[in-house]
Amino acid sequence: MKNNIGKRIFLNHLFKVLIISLSLFTIIPLFLILYHIVKNGISVIDFEFFIRLPKPPGEEGGGILHSLVGTLILVIIAFIIATPLGIFTGVFLAEVKDRFSNNLRFLINIIQGIPSIVIGILVYIWIVIPMGGFSAFAGGVALAIMMLPVVIKSTEETIKMIPDTLKEASYSLGVNYTRTILKVVIPSGFGGIASGLIVAISRVAGETAPLLFTAFGSSFLNVNPFKPIDALPLLVFNYAMSLYESWHRIAWGASFVLLVFVLILNVLVKIAGAKWRTRF
Amino acid sequence: MNIDKIFKAGLFLAGFITMLLIIASFISLLIESIPAIKAFGIRFLTSSTWDPVLEEFGFLPFFIGTLLTSIMALLISIPFSLAVSLFLSEYFKSGIISKILNYATDLLSGIPSVIYGFWGLFVLMPVVRYIEMKLGIIPYGVGILTASLILSIMIIPFSSSVAREVIRLVPSDIKEAAYSMGATHFEVIRKIILPYSKSGIFAGIMLAFGRALGETMAVTMVIGNANRIPKSLFEPGNTLASVIANEFAEASSDIHLSALIELGLLLFIVTLIINFAGSLVIKRFEIEK
Repeated sequence: MKNNIGKRIFLNHLFKVLIISLSLFTIIPLFLILYHIVKNGISVIDFEFFIRLPKPPGEEGGGILHSLVGTLILVIIAFIIATPLGIFTGVFLAEVKDRFSNNLRFLINIIQGIPSIVIGILVYIWIVIPMGGFSAFAGGVALAIMMLPVVIKSTEETIKMIPDTLKEASYSLGVNYTRTILKVVIPSGFGGIASGLIVAISRVAGETAPLLFTAFGSSFLNVNPFKPIDALPLLVFNYAMSLYESWHRIAWGASFVLLVFVLILNVLVKIAGAKWRTRF
Repeated sequence: MNIDKIFKAGLFLAGFITMLLIIASFISLLIESIPAIKAFGIRFLTSSTWDPVLEEFGFLPFFIGTLLTSIMALLISIPFSLAVSLFLSEYFKSGIISKILNYATDLLSGIPSVIYGFWGLFVLMPVVRYIEMKLGIIPYGVGILTASLILSIMIIPFSSSVAREVIRLVPSDIKEAAYSMGATHFEVIRKIILPYSKSGIFAGIMLAFGRALGETMAVTMVIGNANRIPKSLFEPGNTLASVIANEFAEASSDIHLSALIELGLLLFIVTLIINFAGSLVIKRFEIEK
Protein backbone atom coordinates (compact mmCIF):
# COMPACT_ATOMS: atom_id res chain seq x y z
CA MET A 1 0.00 0.00 0.00
CA LYS A 2 2.69 2.43 1.08
CA ASN A 3 4.37 2.67 -2.29
CA ASN A 4 1.09 3.61 -3.86
CA ILE A 5 0.34 6.65 -1.76
CA GLY A 6 1.71 9.07 -4.32
CA LYS A 7 -0.29 7.42 -7.05
CA ARG A 8 -3.47 7.40 -4.96
CA ILE A 9 -3.18 11.06 -4.12
CA PHE A 10 -2.48 11.85 -7.74
CA LEU A 11 -5.55 9.87 -8.85
CA ASN A 12 -7.60 11.69 -6.24
CA HIS A 13 -6.58 15.08 -7.60
CA LEU A 14 -6.97 13.96 -11.19
CA PHE A 15 -10.53 12.81 -10.52
CA LYS A 16 -11.44 16.07 -8.84
CA VAL A 17 -10.11 18.05 -11.79
CA LEU A 18 -12.01 15.77 -14.15
CA ILE A 19 -15.30 16.22 -12.28
CA ILE A 20 -14.90 19.99 -12.11
CA SER A 21 -14.02 20.38 -15.75
CA LEU A 22 -16.82 18.08 -16.97
CA SER A 23 -19.30 19.96 -14.78
CA LEU A 24 -18.21 23.35 -16.01
CA PHE A 25 -18.27 22.07 -19.58
CA THR A 26 -21.96 21.24 -19.09
CA ILE A 27 -22.75 24.92 -18.71
CA ILE A 28 -21.19 25.86 -22.05
CA PRO A 29 -24.12 24.76 -24.27
CA LEU A 30 -26.49 26.70 -22.02
CA PHE A 31 -24.46 29.87 -22.39
CA LEU A 32 -24.14 29.34 -26.14
CA ILE A 33 -27.91 28.89 -26.51
CA LEU A 34 -28.66 31.95 -24.39
CA TYR A 35 -26.01 33.96 -26.22
CA HIS A 36 -27.31 33.16 -29.71
CA ILE A 37 -30.95 33.67 -28.79
CA VAL A 38 -30.25 37.00 -27.11
CA LYS A 39 -27.86 38.25 -29.78
CA ASN A 40 -30.04 37.35 -32.77
CA GLY A 41 -33.31 37.96 -30.98
CA ILE A 42 -32.83 41.37 -29.47
CA SER A 43 -31.97 43.07 -32.75
CA VAL A 44 -35.36 42.09 -34.19
CA ILE A 45 -37.41 43.22 -31.25
CA ASP A 46 -38.97 46.62 -31.00
CA PHE A 47 -42.40 47.82 -30.00
CA GLU A 48 -43.79 47.09 -33.47
CA PHE A 49 -42.75 43.46 -33.11
CA PHE A 50 -45.37 42.96 -30.41
CA ILE A 51 -48.29 44.79 -32.02
CA ARG A 52 -47.96 43.87 -35.71
CA LEU A 53 -49.18 40.84 -37.62
CA PRO A 54 -46.78 38.86 -39.83
CA LYS A 55 -45.95 40.04 -43.34
CA PRO A 56 -45.67 37.80 -46.40
CA PRO A 57 -42.28 36.08 -46.79
CA GLY A 58 -39.61 38.28 -48.25
CA GLU A 59 -41.03 41.51 -46.90
CA GLU A 60 -39.18 42.97 -43.96
CA GLY A 61 -40.85 43.75 -40.68
CA GLY A 62 -44.00 42.31 -39.29
CA GLY A 63 -44.71 41.08 -35.81
CA ILE A 64 -45.93 38.23 -33.73
CA LEU A 65 -49.09 39.66 -32.16
CA HIS A 66 -51.23 36.77 -33.38
CA SER A 67 -49.07 34.12 -31.72
CA LEU A 68 -48.77 36.08 -28.46
CA VAL A 69 -52.56 36.29 -28.29
CA GLY A 70 -52.75 32.63 -29.30
CA THR A 71 -50.39 31.43 -26.58
CA LEU A 72 -52.31 33.49 -24.04
CA ILE A 73 -55.66 31.98 -25.11
CA LEU A 74 -54.28 28.43 -25.18
CA VAL A 75 -52.77 28.77 -21.71
CA ILE A 76 -56.02 30.23 -20.33
CA ILE A 77 -58.09 27.36 -21.78
CA ALA A 78 -55.61 24.81 -20.40
CA PHE A 79 -55.60 26.53 -17.01
CA ILE A 80 -59.40 26.57 -16.79
CA ILE A 81 -59.62 22.86 -17.56
CA ALA A 82 -56.63 21.57 -15.60
CA THR A 83 -56.98 23.58 -12.39
CA PRO A 84 -60.26 22.22 -10.94
CA LEU A 85 -59.68 18.65 -12.16
CA GLY A 86 -56.05 18.66 -11.02
CA ILE A 87 -56.68 20.17 -7.59
CA PHE A 88 -59.65 17.93 -6.84
CA THR A 89 -57.83 14.81 -7.99
CA GLY A 90 -54.86 15.86 -5.84
CA VAL A 91 -57.11 16.35 -2.79
CA PHE A 92 -58.74 13.00 -3.55
CA LEU A 93 -55.35 11.23 -3.60
CA ALA A 94 -54.30 12.90 -0.35
CA GLU A 95 -57.58 12.28 1.47
CA VAL A 96 -58.74 8.89 0.30
CA LYS A 97 -56.61 5.81 0.94
CA ASP A 98 -57.91 2.80 -0.90
CA ARG A 99 -56.91 0.54 -3.75
CA PHE A 100 -58.43 2.79 -6.37
CA SER A 101 -56.48 5.85 -5.25
CA ASN A 102 -53.26 3.82 -5.00
CA ASN A 103 -53.69 2.56 -8.54
CA LEU A 104 -54.51 6.05 -9.75
CA ARG A 105 -51.39 7.48 -8.12
CA PHE A 106 -49.29 4.77 -9.71
CA LEU A 107 -50.81 5.39 -13.16
CA ILE A 108 -50.26 9.15 -12.86
CA ASN A 109 -46.61 8.57 -11.98
CA ILE A 110 -46.11 6.41 -15.03
CA ILE A 111 -48.12 8.60 -17.38
CA GLN A 112 -46.05 11.65 -16.50
CA GLY A 113 -43.32 10.82 -18.98
CA ILE A 114 -45.61 10.08 -21.92
CA PRO A 115 -44.27 11.90 -25.00
CA SER A 116 -46.18 15.09 -25.68
CA ILE A 117 -46.64 14.13 -29.32
CA VAL A 118 -48.79 11.18 -28.20
CA ILE A 119 -51.05 13.60 -26.34
CA GLY A 120 -51.37 15.50 -29.60
CA ILE A 121 -52.59 12.31 -31.31
CA LEU A 122 -55.08 11.63 -28.50
CA VAL A 123 -56.62 15.07 -28.65
CA TYR A 124 -56.77 14.77 -32.42
CA ILE A 125 -58.80 11.56 -31.99
CA TRP A 126 -60.96 12.89 -29.15
CA ILE A 127 -61.63 16.46 -30.24
CA VAL A 128 -60.31 17.42 -33.67
CA ILE A 129 -62.06 14.60 -35.55
CA PRO A 130 -65.47 14.92 -33.80
CA MET A 131 -65.41 18.72 -34.08
CA GLY A 132 -64.42 18.57 -37.69
CA GLY A 133 -61.26 20.67 -37.56
CA PHE A 134 -58.28 22.11 -35.75
CA SER A 135 -59.11 24.57 -33.00
CA ALA A 136 -57.71 26.59 -30.11
CA PHE A 137 -59.98 24.56 -27.86
CA ALA A 138 -58.32 21.29 -28.93
CA GLY A 139 -54.89 22.85 -28.34
CA GLY A 140 -55.96 24.02 -24.89
CA VAL A 141 -57.20 20.54 -23.99
CA ALA A 142 -53.88 19.02 -25.11
CA LEU A 143 -51.97 21.46 -22.89
CA ALA A 144 -54.39 20.81 -20.02
CA ILE A 145 -53.68 17.07 -20.19
CA MET A 146 -49.95 17.87 -20.04
CA MET A 147 -50.53 20.10 -16.99
CA LEU A 148 -52.62 17.57 -15.06
CA PRO A 149 -49.93 15.28 -13.57
CA VAL A 150 -47.91 18.27 -12.32
CA VAL A 151 -50.93 19.95 -10.71
CA ILE A 152 -52.18 16.69 -9.17
CA LYS A 153 -48.80 15.75 -7.70
CA SER A 154 -48.03 19.18 -6.24
CA THR A 155 -51.53 19.42 -4.74
CA GLU A 156 -51.28 15.95 -3.21
CA GLU A 157 -47.83 16.61 -1.72
CA THR A 158 -48.98 19.94 -0.29
CA ILE A 159 -52.22 18.63 1.24
CA LYS A 160 -50.34 15.71 2.80
CA MET A 161 -48.05 18.15 4.59
CA ILE A 162 -50.93 19.90 6.34
CA PRO A 163 -51.13 18.50 9.88
CA ASP A 164 -54.22 16.63 11.03
CA THR A 165 -54.45 18.88 14.08
CA LEU A 166 -55.55 21.71 11.83
CA LYS A 167 -58.39 19.62 10.45
CA GLU A 168 -59.28 18.36 13.89
CA ALA A 169 -59.44 21.91 15.23
CA SER A 170 -61.85 22.74 12.45
CA TYR A 171 -64.00 19.68 13.13
CA SER A 172 -64.09 20.46 16.85
CA LEU A 173 -65.67 23.80 16.05
CA GLY A 174 -68.45 21.90 14.37
CA VAL A 175 -67.32 22.65 10.81
CA ASN A 176 -68.24 19.92 8.36
CA TYR A 177 -65.81 18.05 6.09
CA THR A 178 -66.59 20.05 2.96
CA ARG A 179 -65.94 23.42 4.57
CA THR A 180 -62.88 22.06 6.36
CA ILE A 181 -61.32 21.06 3.06
CA LEU A 182 -62.41 24.14 1.13
CA LYS A 183 -61.86 26.78 3.82
CA VAL A 184 -59.06 25.34 5.96
CA VAL A 185 -57.03 22.70 4.15
CA ILE A 186 -56.84 24.11 0.62
CA PRO A 187 -56.18 27.72 1.76
CA SER A 188 -53.39 26.54 4.08
CA GLY A 189 -51.79 24.77 1.17
CA PHE A 190 -52.35 27.67 -1.20
CA GLY A 191 -48.61 28.35 -1.72
CA GLY A 192 -47.75 24.82 -2.71
CA ILE A 193 -50.76 24.46 -4.98
CA ALA A 194 -50.17 27.85 -6.63
CA SER A 195 -46.51 27.18 -7.34
CA GLY A 196 -47.47 23.79 -8.76
CA LEU A 197 -49.83 25.59 -11.13
CA ILE A 198 -47.11 28.01 -12.23
CA VAL A 199 -44.68 25.13 -12.80
CA ALA A 200 -47.32 23.42 -14.94
CA ILE A 201 -47.95 26.58 -16.96
CA SER A 202 -44.24 27.16 -17.53
CA ARG A 203 -43.97 23.57 -18.80
CA VAL A 204 -46.77 23.86 -21.31
CA ALA A 205 -46.22 27.45 -22.45
CA GLY A 206 -43.23 26.31 -24.51
CA GLU A 207 -44.76 23.08 -25.78
CA THR A 208 -45.00 22.64 -29.53
CA ALA A 209 -45.55 18.96 -30.24
CA PRO A 210 -49.07 18.62 -28.77
CA LEU A 211 -50.18 21.73 -30.69
CA LEU A 212 -49.02 20.60 -34.15
CA PHE A 213 -52.28 18.89 -35.02
CA THR A 214 -54.61 20.38 -32.46
CA ALA A 215 -54.21 24.18 -32.48
CA PHE A 216 -52.41 23.77 -35.82
CA GLY A 217 -51.24 27.38 -36.19
CA SER A 218 -52.52 30.31 -38.19
CA SER A 219 -51.13 33.50 -39.61
CA PHE A 220 -54.16 35.55 -38.67
CA LEU A 221 -55.17 37.16 -35.44
CA ASN A 222 -57.80 34.87 -34.01
CA VAL A 223 -59.69 34.97 -30.72
CA ASN A 224 -62.35 32.40 -31.63
CA PRO A 225 -61.60 29.24 -29.61
CA PHE A 226 -63.14 27.05 -32.31
CA LYS A 227 -60.79 28.16 -35.07
CA PRO A 228 -57.12 27.20 -35.54
CA ILE A 229 -54.82 29.44 -33.57
CA ASP A 230 -51.10 30.22 -33.54
CA ALA A 231 -48.77 29.94 -30.56
CA LEU A 232 -45.26 31.27 -29.95
CA PRO A 233 -43.55 27.85 -30.07
CA LEU A 234 -45.50 26.89 -33.19
CA LEU A 235 -44.40 30.11 -34.85
CA VAL A 236 -40.75 29.45 -33.96
CA PHE A 237 -41.03 25.97 -35.46
CA ASN A 238 -42.79 26.98 -38.67
CA TYR A 239 -40.62 30.03 -39.30
CA ALA A 240 -37.38 28.24 -38.45
CA MET A 241 -38.19 25.45 -40.90
CA SER A 242 -39.14 27.89 -43.67
CA LEU A 243 -36.74 28.96 -46.39
CA TYR A 244 -37.10 32.70 -45.92
CA GLU A 245 -34.36 34.73 -44.33
CA SER A 246 -36.84 37.34 -43.06
CA TRP A 247 -38.89 34.64 -41.33
CA HIS A 248 -35.77 33.23 -39.66
CA ARG A 249 -35.15 36.65 -38.14
CA ILE A 250 -38.71 36.74 -36.78
CA ALA A 251 -38.15 33.25 -35.38
CA TRP A 252 -35.08 34.47 -33.45
CA GLY A 253 -37.10 37.33 -32.03
CA ALA A 254 -39.98 35.02 -31.13
CA SER A 255 -37.55 32.54 -29.48
CA PHE A 256 -36.19 35.37 -27.38
CA VAL A 257 -39.70 36.40 -26.28
CA LEU A 258 -40.63 32.77 -25.55
CA LEU A 259 -37.42 32.17 -23.59
CA VAL A 260 -37.88 35.32 -21.49
CA PHE A 261 -41.50 34.37 -20.85
CA VAL A 262 -40.62 30.84 -19.71
CA LEU A 263 -37.68 32.03 -17.61
CA ILE A 264 -39.84 34.65 -15.88
CA LEU A 265 -42.32 31.90 -15.01
CA ASN A 266 -39.43 29.82 -13.62
CA VAL A 267 -38.29 32.71 -11.45
CA LEU A 268 -41.89 33.23 -10.32
CA VAL A 269 -42.00 29.62 -9.20
CA LYS A 270 -38.86 30.15 -7.11
CA ILE A 271 -40.23 33.34 -5.55
CA ALA A 272 -43.66 31.84 -4.94
CA GLY A 273 -42.07 28.74 -3.47
CA ALA A 274 -39.99 30.80 -1.04
CA LYS A 275 -42.72 33.25 -0.12
CA TRP A 276 -45.71 30.96 0.31
CA ARG A 277 -43.85 27.90 1.46
CA THR A 278 -46.26 25.55 3.16
CA ARG A 279 -44.66 24.99 6.56
CA PHE A 280 -45.99 23.50 9.72
CA MET B 1 -73.89 15.62 6.34
CA ASN B 2 -75.54 15.58 2.96
CA ILE B 3 -73.17 18.19 1.60
CA ASP B 4 -70.19 16.12 2.74
CA LYS B 5 -71.46 13.13 0.82
CA ILE B 6 -71.84 15.22 -2.33
CA PHE B 7 -68.40 16.73 -1.83
CA LYS B 8 -66.77 13.33 -1.33
CA ALA B 9 -68.53 12.08 -4.42
CA GLY B 10 -67.14 15.11 -6.25
CA LEU B 11 -63.60 14.28 -5.13
CA PHE B 12 -64.07 10.71 -6.27
CA LEU B 13 -65.47 11.93 -9.57
CA ALA B 14 -62.32 13.98 -10.21
CA GLY B 15 -60.15 10.96 -9.53
CA PHE B 16 -62.42 8.84 -11.67
CA ILE B 17 -62.23 11.26 -14.63
CA THR B 18 -58.44 11.28 -14.40
CA MET B 19 -58.37 7.48 -14.31
CA LEU B 20 -60.76 7.38 -17.25
CA LEU B 21 -58.51 9.75 -19.24
CA ILE B 22 -55.50 7.50 -18.72
CA ILE B 23 -57.31 4.29 -19.63
CA ALA B 24 -59.15 5.89 -22.55
CA SER B 25 -55.85 7.11 -24.00
CA PHE B 26 -54.56 3.59 -24.40
CA ILE B 27 -57.87 2.28 -25.76
CA SER B 28 -58.26 5.18 -28.23
CA LEU B 29 -54.78 4.65 -29.63
CA LEU B 30 -55.46 0.93 -29.94
CA ILE B 31 -58.84 1.40 -31.69
CA GLU B 32 -57.48 3.93 -34.16
CA SER B 33 -54.51 1.71 -35.02
CA ILE B 34 -56.72 -1.29 -35.80
CA PRO B 35 -56.95 -0.53 -39.57
CA ALA B 36 -53.15 -0.51 -39.77
CA ILE B 37 -52.78 -3.56 -37.53
CA LYS B 38 -55.29 -5.44 -39.72
CA ALA B 39 -53.66 -4.37 -42.96
CA PHE B 40 -50.02 -5.04 -42.07
CA GLY B 41 -50.07 -7.28 -39.02
CA ILE B 42 -46.65 -8.36 -37.88
CA ARG B 43 -45.10 -7.01 -41.08
CA PHE B 44 -45.46 -3.55 -39.56
CA LEU B 45 -42.80 -4.47 -37.01
CA THR B 46 -40.38 -6.12 -39.44
CA SER B 47 -40.62 -4.07 -42.61
CA SER B 48 -38.10 -1.33 -43.27
CA THR B 49 -40.17 0.40 -45.93
CA TRP B 50 -42.27 3.43 -45.10
CA ASP B 51 -43.91 4.67 -48.24
CA PRO B 52 -47.15 6.66 -47.96
CA VAL B 53 -47.56 6.73 -51.74
CA LEU B 54 -47.47 2.94 -52.16
CA GLU B 55 -49.25 2.60 -48.79
CA GLU B 56 -46.56 0.30 -47.43
CA PHE B 57 -45.73 0.93 -43.80
CA GLY B 58 -43.04 -0.54 -41.55
CA PHE B 59 -41.75 0.93 -38.33
CA LEU B 60 -38.20 -0.39 -38.40
CA PRO B 61 -36.51 2.78 -39.77
CA PHE B 62 -38.02 4.88 -36.98
CA PHE B 63 -37.45 2.30 -34.29
CA ILE B 64 -33.77 2.09 -35.19
CA GLY B 65 -33.57 5.87 -35.52
CA THR B 66 -35.14 6.32 -32.09
CA LEU B 67 -32.85 3.76 -30.44
CA LEU B 68 -29.74 5.18 -32.11
CA THR B 69 -30.40 8.80 -31.15
CA SER B 70 -31.52 7.98 -27.59
CA ILE B 71 -28.67 5.59 -26.79
CA MET B 72 -26.09 7.91 -28.35
CA ALA B 73 -27.52 10.82 -26.36
CA LEU B 74 -27.34 8.78 -23.16
CA LEU B 75 -23.74 7.72 -23.81
CA ILE B 76 -22.72 11.32 -24.44
CA SER B 77 -24.58 12.74 -21.48
CA ILE B 78 -23.76 10.18 -18.76
CA PRO B 79 -20.20 11.41 -17.99
CA PHE B 80 -21.45 14.98 -17.77
CA SER B 81 -24.53 14.30 -15.68
CA LEU B 82 -22.57 12.06 -13.31
CA ALA B 83 -19.92 14.75 -12.98
CA VAL B 84 -22.55 17.39 -12.25
CA SER B 85 -24.22 15.24 -9.61
CA LEU B 86 -20.90 14.41 -7.91
CA PHE B 87 -19.89 18.06 -8.12
CA LEU B 88 -23.08 19.17 -6.38
CA SER B 89 -23.39 16.35 -3.87
CA GLU B 90 -19.74 15.65 -2.94
CA TYR B 91 -17.31 18.36 -3.97
CA PHE B 92 -19.19 21.64 -3.70
CA LYS B 93 -22.29 21.16 -1.60
CA SER B 94 -22.81 24.86 -1.11
CA GLY B 95 -21.35 28.14 -2.24
CA ILE B 96 -21.62 30.35 -5.24
CA ILE B 97 -20.30 27.89 -7.88
CA SER B 98 -22.71 25.15 -6.90
CA LYS B 99 -25.56 27.68 -6.91
CA ILE B 100 -24.65 28.69 -10.44
CA LEU B 101 -24.39 25.10 -11.63
CA ASN B 102 -27.62 24.22 -9.91
CA TYR B 103 -29.40 27.12 -11.53
CA ALA B 104 -27.84 26.32 -14.90
CA THR B 105 -29.17 22.76 -14.93
CA ASP B 106 -32.57 24.12 -13.88
CA LEU B 107 -32.45 26.49 -16.82
CA LEU B 108 -31.43 23.68 -19.18
CA SER B 109 -34.56 21.77 -18.26
CA GLY B 110 -36.70 24.91 -18.57
CA ILE B 111 -35.76 25.83 -22.14
CA PRO B 112 -38.56 24.80 -24.56
CA SER B 113 -37.54 22.00 -26.87
CA VAL B 114 -38.40 24.01 -29.99
CA ILE B 115 -35.68 26.49 -28.98
CA TYR B 116 -33.16 23.66 -28.68
CA GLY B 117 -34.17 22.56 -32.13
CA PHE B 118 -33.90 26.06 -33.58
CA TRP B 119 -30.49 26.59 -32.01
CA GLY B 120 -29.40 23.14 -33.17
CA LEU B 121 -30.48 23.86 -36.71
CA PHE B 122 -28.76 27.23 -37.02
CA VAL B 123 -25.70 26.84 -34.78
CA LEU B 124 -24.89 23.17 -34.23
CA MET B 125 -25.85 21.91 -37.69
CA PRO B 126 -23.29 24.06 -39.56
CA VAL B 127 -20.58 22.85 -37.18
CA VAL B 128 -21.47 19.20 -37.82
CA ARG B 129 -21.60 19.90 -41.57
CA TYR B 130 -18.14 21.47 -41.41
CA ILE B 131 -16.79 18.39 -39.63
CA GLU B 132 -18.43 16.13 -42.21
CA MET B 133 -16.82 18.10 -45.04
CA LYS B 134 -13.43 17.76 -43.36
CA LEU B 135 -14.01 14.02 -42.98
CA GLY B 136 -14.90 13.79 -46.66
CA ILE B 137 -18.38 12.33 -46.22
CA ILE B 138 -21.64 13.68 -47.61
CA PRO B 139 -22.19 16.88 -45.61
CA TYR B 140 -25.85 16.58 -44.67
CA GLY B 141 -25.33 18.53 -41.45
CA VAL B 142 -28.62 17.23 -40.18
CA GLY B 143 -28.86 13.63 -39.05
CA ILE B 144 -28.58 11.10 -36.24
CA LEU B 145 -25.42 12.64 -34.78
CA THR B 146 -26.79 16.19 -34.64
CA ALA B 147 -30.02 14.96 -33.06
CA SER B 148 -28.09 12.92 -30.47
CA LEU B 149 -25.93 15.90 -29.53
CA ILE B 150 -28.98 18.14 -28.97
CA LEU B 151 -30.75 15.38 -27.04
CA SER B 152 -27.73 14.80 -24.81
CA ILE B 153 -27.79 18.45 -23.71
CA MET B 154 -31.52 18.28 -23.06
CA ILE B 155 -31.47 15.17 -20.86
CA ILE B 156 -28.54 16.08 -18.60
CA PRO B 157 -30.82 17.77 -16.01
CA PHE B 158 -33.03 14.68 -15.67
CA SER B 159 -30.36 12.09 -14.94
CA SER B 160 -28.21 14.45 -12.88
CA SER B 161 -31.01 15.56 -10.55
CA VAL B 162 -31.96 11.97 -9.65
CA ALA B 163 -28.31 10.93 -9.26
CA ARG B 164 -27.66 13.93 -7.03
CA GLU B 165 -30.51 13.02 -4.72
CA VAL B 166 -29.46 9.38 -4.32
CA ILE B 167 -25.79 10.29 -3.79
CA ARG B 168 -26.89 12.62 -1.00
CA LEU B 169 -28.71 9.71 0.62
CA VAL B 170 -25.50 7.68 1.10
CA PRO B 171 -25.16 7.47 4.91
CA SER B 172 -22.27 9.53 6.14
CA ASP B 173 -21.14 6.95 8.70
CA ILE B 174 -19.99 4.48 6.04
CA LYS B 175 -18.26 7.29 4.17
CA GLU B 176 -16.55 8.39 7.38
CA ALA B 177 -15.59 4.79 8.13
CA ALA B 178 -13.82 4.64 4.76
CA TYR B 179 -12.09 7.98 5.35
CA SER B 180 -10.91 6.80 8.77
CA MET B 181 -9.27 3.83 7.07
CA GLY B 182 -7.25 6.31 5.04
CA ALA B 183 -9.22 6.21 1.80
CA THR B 184 -8.94 9.20 -0.51
CA HIS B 185 -12.01 11.11 -1.67
CA PHE B 186 -11.77 9.41 -5.06
CA GLU B 187 -11.65 5.97 -3.44
CA VAL B 188 -14.66 6.77 -1.26
CA ILE B 189 -16.59 7.80 -4.37
CA ARG B 190 -15.55 4.78 -6.38
CA LYS B 191 -15.81 2.09 -3.72
CA ILE B 192 -18.56 3.41 -1.43
CA ILE B 193 -20.73 6.05 -3.01
CA LEU B 194 -21.13 4.72 -6.56
CA PRO B 195 -21.84 1.10 -5.54
CA TYR B 196 -24.27 2.28 -2.88
CA SER B 197 -26.22 4.57 -5.18
CA LYS B 198 -25.92 2.67 -8.46
CA SER B 199 -29.55 1.58 -8.64
CA GLY B 200 -30.74 5.14 -8.07
CA ILE B 201 -28.32 6.47 -10.67
CA PHE B 202 -29.60 3.81 -13.03
CA ALA B 203 -33.19 4.93 -12.39
CA GLY B 204 -32.22 8.50 -13.29
CA ILE B 205 -30.65 7.26 -16.49
CA MET B 206 -33.84 5.35 -17.32
CA LEU B 207 -35.83 8.53 -16.74
CA ALA B 208 -33.53 10.42 -19.09
CA PHE B 209 -33.79 7.60 -21.61
CA GLY B 210 -37.59 7.85 -21.52
CA ARG B 211 -37.32 11.58 -22.19
CA ALA B 212 -34.95 11.03 -25.08
CA LEU B 213 -37.22 8.41 -26.68
CA GLY B 214 -40.21 10.72 -26.77
CA GLU B 215 -38.55 14.06 -27.41
CA THR B 216 -40.12 15.45 -30.53
CA MET B 217 -39.48 19.01 -31.64
CA ALA B 218 -35.73 19.33 -31.22
CA VAL B 219 -35.19 16.00 -32.95
CA THR B 220 -37.66 16.74 -35.76
CA MET B 221 -35.81 19.94 -36.59
CA VAL B 222 -32.31 18.49 -36.88
CA ILE B 223 -32.63 14.81 -37.82
CA GLY B 224 -33.17 15.37 -41.54
CA ASN B 225 -36.46 13.44 -41.89
CA ALA B 226 -35.42 10.50 -44.05
CA ASN B 227 -37.72 7.49 -43.85
CA ARG B 228 -35.00 4.89 -44.21
CA ILE B 229 -32.72 2.99 -41.89
CA PRO B 230 -29.64 5.17 -41.33
CA LYS B 231 -26.44 3.44 -42.40
CA SER B 232 -24.17 5.67 -40.35
CA LEU B 233 -24.42 8.21 -37.58
CA PHE B 234 -23.90 11.01 -40.06
CA GLU B 235 -26.94 10.11 -42.15
CA PRO B 236 -30.35 11.70 -41.82
CA GLY B 237 -33.08 9.56 -40.33
CA ASN B 238 -36.30 9.83 -38.39
CA THR B 239 -37.56 8.79 -34.97
CA LEU B 240 -41.00 7.53 -33.98
CA ALA B 241 -41.87 10.95 -32.57
CA SER B 242 -40.39 12.99 -35.41
CA VAL B 243 -42.13 11.09 -38.21
CA ILE B 244 -45.47 11.59 -36.43
CA ALA B 245 -44.75 15.30 -36.08
CA ASN B 246 -43.83 15.52 -39.75
CA GLU B 247 -46.54 13.51 -41.43
CA PHE B 248 -49.57 13.50 -39.14
CA ALA B 249 -51.21 16.76 -40.16
CA GLU B 250 -50.72 15.98 -43.86
CA ALA B 251 -51.46 12.27 -43.78
CA SER B 252 -52.46 11.32 -47.32
CA SER B 253 -54.94 8.56 -46.51
CA ASP B 254 -56.80 6.91 -43.65
CA ILE B 255 -54.40 3.98 -43.60
CA HIS B 256 -51.44 6.39 -43.45
CA LEU B 257 -53.03 8.11 -40.44
CA SER B 258 -53.75 4.78 -38.80
CA ALA B 259 -50.15 3.65 -39.34
CA LEU B 260 -48.92 6.88 -37.74
CA ILE B 261 -51.25 6.31 -34.77
CA GLU B 262 -49.86 2.77 -34.47
CA LEU B 263 -46.39 4.34 -34.26
CA GLY B 264 -47.78 6.55 -31.49
CA LEU B 265 -49.18 3.50 -29.71
CA LEU B 266 -45.80 1.73 -29.89
CA LEU B 267 -44.03 4.85 -28.60
CA PHE B 268 -46.61 5.06 -25.80
CA ILE B 269 -46.01 1.42 -24.79
CA VAL B 270 -42.22 1.68 -24.94
CA THR B 271 -42.10 4.81 -22.76
CA LEU B 272 -44.60 3.26 -20.33
CA ILE B 273 -42.32 0.25 -19.90
CA ILE B 274 -39.22 2.40 -19.44
CA ASN B 275 -40.96 4.68 -16.90
CA PHE B 276 -42.38 1.67 -15.10
CA ALA B 277 -38.94 0.09 -14.81
CA GLY B 278 -37.45 3.38 -13.62
CA SER B 279 -40.14 3.93 -11.00
CA LEU B 280 -39.73 0.36 -9.71
CA VAL B 281 -36.02 0.94 -9.14
CA ILE B 282 -36.69 4.26 -7.40
CA LYS B 283 -39.35 2.64 -5.22
CA ARG B 284 -36.97 -0.14 -4.18
CA PHE B 285 -34.39 2.48 -3.36
CA GLU B 286 -36.83 4.33 -1.13
CA ILE B 287 -37.59 1.15 0.78
CA GLU B 288 -33.88 0.31 1.21
CA LYS B 289 -33.22 3.74 2.61
